[in-house]
Amino acid sequence: MRKLFIPAFALTALLFAYSPLAIANAPYESTMLLVQKIFYYHFATWMALTVAVTVCFVSSGIYLFKGSAWADRMGFAAAEVTVIFGMFGLVSGSLWGRKAWGVWWQWDARLTMAFLLELIFIGYLLVRKYGGPGSEKLAAAMGIFGGATAPFVYKSVDWWRTIHPKTSVMTSLGETSPGMWYVALLCTAIFLLMSGLLLALRMRLETLRAGLDRLYLAAED
Amino acid sequence: MLRRLLTAVLSLLLIAVPVLAQQPPTSPDGFVPVDTLPPSEQLAAGPFLVGAYVFFLLLMMFYLWTIWQRLGKVESEMRELERRALKGQGR
Repeated sequence: MRKLFIPAFALTALLFAYSPLAIANAPYESTMLLVQKIFYYHFATWMALTVAVTVCFVSSGIYLFKGSAWADRMGFAAAEVTVIFGMFGLVSGSLWGRKAWGVWWQWDARLTMAFLLELIFIGYLLVRKYGGPGSEKLAAAMGIFGGATAPFVYKSVDWWRTIHPKTSVMTSLGETSPGMWYVALLCTAIFLLMSGLLLALRMRLETLRAGLDRLYLAAED
Repeated sequence: MLRRLLTAVLSLLLIAVPVLAQQPPTSPDGFVPVDTLPPSEQLAAGPFLVGAYVFFLLLMMFYLWTIWQRLGKVESEMRELERRALKGQGR
């Protein structure tokens, strides 16, 4: 795993450095023009968040039902990565919305549900930090709850009338604008790599913390 | 009578002039193209785009810095514990 980290980090850094160039060369969307280019990182960040949420959901389930300490650590790491990507997703969406819709925020179904998802995972982290002994199980339950909320966030634009574009925009982008589709895929791949690297780093921190706890216990004995 | 009527019409005209002068120009379909708006009514996209990308960079750098700080703290605590354990064995 450690051997893979450095090459993966170098590849991600290279692709990330190249991404602004690809975005600048991507075709302009006819109605929103320049501000639409926020889309490439905005969409990619929500994809990375989806992976982190899924990892947290699965890990939390394994921890709750099997008691695996490794899964607990992975769930914690994934929840933190989720909050980071969620924060960028909400801020970038707000910046885009200010220009495209004329408002910083709109309490419509998609935006409100995405905000609630972010709050659930912030809650997860607060429970882990201040919940005291046994907070791992409560946090794991929140991880499952947050994971179960994610599909509703995704489908909210199709089920309810919202100001946000529908999911069909992305599914048809390959046919309507291959130039945009290629850049969206590239940015998504970069953000997925980033998500994996951040998870690996956070897991290392949690593994070291677990080792430190064992050392403290051994020192007390 | 005629004088009163003329005064009333003149008064109405005098009131109507400023009211009509303040009416916004009407558009045939209720919408105007964004590029025809005065500059004060238009928002430049550049700051929003740059703002989003700079925010992402800063967020990632800050997050990596916090992980690095926490890793350093845990590793130094581990070293301290190991040093104390070795000292204890030496006694």
